[in-house]
Amino acid sequence: MILGYIAVFAPLVAFLLAGILGRKCGDKFSQFVTCTAVLMAAAASVQLFFTVILGSNPHTLPVMTWISSGNFNVDWALRVDQLSVIMMCVINIVSSCVHIYSIGYMSHDESKSRFMAYLSLFTFAMLMLVSADNILQLFFGWEGVGLASYLLIGFWYHKDSATAASIKAFVVNRVGDLGLLLGIFTTFIVFGTIQFDGIFNAVTDHTADRFDFFGYQIHALTLICVLLFVGAVGKSAQLGLHTWLPDAMEGPTPVSALIHAATMVTAGVFLVSRFSPVFEYAPDALMIVCVFGAFTAFVAATIGMTQFDIKRVIAYSTMSQLGYMFFALGVSAYSAAMFHLVTHAFFKALLFLGAGSVIHAMSDEQDMRKMGGIWKKIPVTYAMMWIGSLALAGVPFFAGYYSKDLILESDWASDSPVGHFAYYMGIAAALMTAFYSWRLIIMTFHGKPRADHHTMDHVHESPLVMIVPLLVLAVGAIFSGSVLYGGFAGIPHQKTVESKATEIDEIESEMKEATQDQMEHIIKSESADAIHETVWNKEAFFGKSIVVLPEHDSVAKAHHVEKWVKLLPTIVGAVGIFLAYLAYMFIPSIPAAMVRIFKPLHILFFRKWFFDELYHIVFVKTAAALGTFLWKRGDGQVIDGLGPNGVAALSQKVSTVLSKFQTGFVFQYAFMMMIGLMVLVTWVAHAMGLFDLIPQFLNMR
Amino acid sequence: MDGFSWIVLSPIKQEIFLSLVGMLLLLVGAFRGKTSVGFIVTAVVVAACGAIAGILSGDWTPIDTLSGMLIVDGFSEWMKVLILSGIVVSLLLSVSWLRENNLLKFEYPILVLFSGVGMLFMVSANNLLSLYVSLELSSLCLYVLAAINRDHLLSSEAGLKYFILGALSSGLLLFGISLVYGYSGTLSYVGISSFLETAESMPYGIMVGMIFMLAGLAFKISAVPFHMWTPDVYHGAPTPVTALFAIVPKVAAFGLIIRLLVGPFAMLAQESAQIIMVISVGSMLVGAFAGLVQNNIKRLLAYSSIANMGYAMLGLLPNVPEGIAGTIIYLTIYMVMVAGVFGILMSLKRNGQSIETISDFAGLSKTSPFMAYAMTALLFSMSGIPPMAGFFGKFFVFQAAIAGGYMVVAVIGVLTSVVAAYYYLRLIKVMFFDESAGNVDENTSLSRHFVTVGALVFVLIFTLLPNHLLQRAIEAATSLFS
Repeated sequence: MILGYIAVFAPLVAFLLAGILGRKCGDKFSQFVTCTAVLMAAAASVQLFFTVILGSNPHTLPVMTWISSGNFNVDWALRVDQLSVIMMCVINIVSSCVHIYSIGYMSHDESKSRFMAYLSLFTFAMLMLVSADNILQLFFGWEGVGLASYLLIGFWYHKDSATAASIKAFVVNRVGDLGLLLGIFTTFIVFGTIQFDGIFNAVTDHTADRFDFFGYQIHALTLICVLLFVGAVGKSAQLGLHTWLPDAMEGPTPVSALIHAATMVTAGVFLVSRFSPVFEYAPDALMIVCVFGAFTAFVAATIGMTQFDIKRVIAYSTMSQLGYMFFALGVSAYSAAMFHLVTHAFFKALLFLGAGSVIHAMSDEQDMRKMGGIWKKIPVTYAMMWIGSLALAGVPFFAGYYSKDLILESDWASDSPVGHFAYYMGIAAALMTAFYSWRLIIMTFHGKPRADHHTMDHVHESPLVMIVPLLVLAVGAIFSGSVLYGGFAGIPHQKTVESKATEIDEIESEMKEATQDQMEHIIKSESADAIHETVWNKEAFFGKSIVVLPEHDSVAKAHHVEKWVKLLPTIVGAVGIFLAYLAYMFIPSIPAAMVRIFKPLHILFFRKWFFDELYHIVFVKTAAALGTFLWKRGDGQVIDGLGPNGVAALSQKVSTVLSKFQTGFVFQYAFMMMIGLMVLVTWVAHAMGLFDLIPQFLNMR
Repeated sequence: MDGFSWIVLSPIKQEIFLSLVGMLLLLVGAFRGKTSVGFIVTAVVVAACGAIAGILSGDWTPIDTLSGMLIVDGFSEWMKVLILSGIVVSLLLSVSWLRENNLLKFEYPILVLFSGVGMLFMVSANNLLSLYVSLELSSLCLYVLAAINRDHLLSSEAGLKYFILGALSSGLLLFGISLVYGYSGTLSYVGISSFLETAESMPYGIMVGMIFMLAGLAFKISAVPFHMWTPDVYHGAPTPVTALFAIVPKVAAFGLIIRLLVGPFAMLAQESAQIIMVISVGSMLVGAFAGLVQNNIKRLLAYSSIANMGYAMLGLLPNVPEGIAGTIIYLTIYMVMVAGVFGILMSLKRNGQSIETISDFAGLSKTSPFMAYAMTALLFSMSGIPPMAGFFGKFFVFQAAIAGGYMVVAVIGVLTSVVAAYYYLRLIKVMFFDESAGNVDENTSLSRHFVTVGALVFVLIFTLLPNHLLQRAIEAATSLFS
């Protein structure tokens, strides 16, 4: 039981210690405290993985009452079920790697304590998000990671671009947050509760609920799902609200790895998965999710091919991969999306930290056009980048291969128009992914050195403290796919429900008896096929934390798709790699020629489909103009003019006039008293209606 | 008449005791002259304290005496305690200042005492005649006190103005009394009350008489439009006299008004509420707005007192015990706050000169931090910021006004208190943020310090005991209605 608390609250304690005492006790103290805490949290989450997922023991840990007002009750509680434990493992493991890596990467920075404290704060907020037991607590974590992201993007606040990027990230996310908030409100209106169990158990009663909105009948569950998805679009940088993610690369590279690749940006995927019981009854919302994901995957990949900043290429790649996850969600392949989330966390964090290692070696150079020819000088980093890219491109037996193929197969298997559309977009994106990955590797590591002499002399392999986290992540990038495949995808040979249930019971009793060491042994031993088949199985793996209606279960159908559907992603991956070699190593004139031939297209991609320019004209400029108008005319002239300033000036005038009565002459004072007396008598006579009696008097005469 | 037996006199034994002490001390002063001043002041303070103790330990059951001329009940006893405490406090504040300014004459404490005796009679007056006589007793002393610094132009001007306008107000009061007497044929409160209850039609003469009487009394509490004397007198009179004016007579006059409205004129509650409403709204507005441009702190406090009287009157509107209790508490709190403010004001001197303008307070937080912080607490309280005592005072009267259905008046009250907050906050701003205007002299008077600290403690801890005090005040107010 205590494991859940440790896994979530250890980073909070670390944040408070490092944040409050960091200045007094020094950087070493902060680094030690935060790393220890996150490692503890990681160990606890791995332990939870065994007890909760493999032991099928989801539970909820109470913390305290938050709000109790009328029939609106909100508790702080930790929901430790399969879905949240998967997220906790990913968050804590990647976060540990990033914490340790940061010790080396930030060694030249002035405020290491602050950095470590922020990282721990982020980790805590993210854990709070995934372990929430109600939407409000989820929103707390959601805003918490937003805050931490803002603080870390703008960590080098003396850089104007970093400050601007942090503000942009925050503002763009607010748009999504508004959607999420509206979603929370709508949920409360429809279900009367914001507690997850309360919502999910009542979904079937509300499938026919409709809202009347200006004469339109809106399906309540669809509305909830779409609003929640708007939140996800913002946080997960889906097309439309994605513009902040590339700019967020202004933050230190470990931040990009942790927040803007592995964890925070996947919060949207988690949110949709968490709400799978609701989304299942809102097919229209799922369709929207699918289409958004497909476009995002494609558009981001096109941009990724043309960028030169090493971190931006990986950032667009992240966005593209998030698109994959969403179009998987869109066909009810929640487990596939979660699978890709996990593998992606490993290989993308690896790529980012590898890129960080390169940047570190190149004296903070990020432009790939000024790199090249350094692979012999930093062989470990080079190898890590290869592993990461192989996983990303979906080369067989690396992690990305399993998850990406599962997603594409599920989309095809869903047999819906949007599913097929997403499949083709995904295939196109896969080609481009492989292409830009090797473009990155070749431009960065191969060819003639393009950096100046001075920089090249300084190129050196990173210290051990940065290499070890890379190795850990590399292990994840290689093996996480094959090991976890059974759990996330299920096994091709479907068994009857009964036999499965009995087997699960057997395993459970076995698990309870087995000690921890034995259990790990059991899990790892490949010979334990029987256990593998039953525990590493989608239904048992996720328990009730993900709900898929039988007719929507595209992951189960994915095992039975045609051969070419299964092979195509791998083939296009290979083609992409080949093309990259062709264009950047063997015939270097190709890129220039292509740019010349497809000039308009290249400009479109290179300028990121003009999203930033469009937003600048439509939103930023109009908002600024409106703001200036309201500020100068509205606030300055109307409100201040008539309000504070006007009233104040008027008060002064009244005051001056009243002072003028104070002449100092006694006869005037006496006169005032008499006048006052007359006024009083008249007023009372008027108020009592005496003047109405005057006509009567006159008539009597 | 069954003669002046002990039974007749015992309810007013404090008043008799204080009168005798006053006359005795007058003799002492006349024979011993200046040397006896210290003794006289001490004697007056001790006598007043003794009287307070006598009242607090006495029986509070209502009883009328001297053939119904005076009445003693819970309300009058409460007011008497207030008045006597005010007398003691203002004497404690005055002595050092007067001595420093060479104004400490032996008549001063005796005049204060006689004025106090007049006020004691005022709050228990149960007959128009006793009302007028007691009022004049207290007023005559105050006229003299205002002009006590007779060599000083402003002071004698203040005294003269106060006297002339006071005479006018007495004239109004008398005219009102004569109208009431003419129409009802009686001077006794009980008689007027029963006449109005049995009258077949509305006697307009009595109504007009009541308006004249209230006008005359409104002068005493410096309510608009009878407030014109206040800034000039506050400004011109020596500061201890100003303090006395601010602290004590208004409470007594309020006691008188309350008893009139609840007793003889209870049947005219609607008409009297109209008058109170106009006077109250006028006072709040003038007090708040006219104070904005004042630079002399004593003038500022004059306008502040005008506004505060307006607020205190809000509680009288509904003519119920809760409202009157609100007014009593308001007056109590106001007395304490004003005593504290004057304590600070009189303590502050620069090179032996009293400081009077707002700019003299500049940078006080650096040169005399305790004074600055104490003043800040008192001013916050005056502007009605919780959890200071002043907030509760305002809260109770606004609550009473709203409960009585006088919503518009209450809203005006809240708005004007916002305006008035400006001049309190401005003083705080000057003390804390302006360049220092130089060092201030050390406060040498222990008694003054005692009053200031006492007031400060009261406004700070009041938040702990409002309900208890409110309960007692409601009991006192209820005794009026029995």
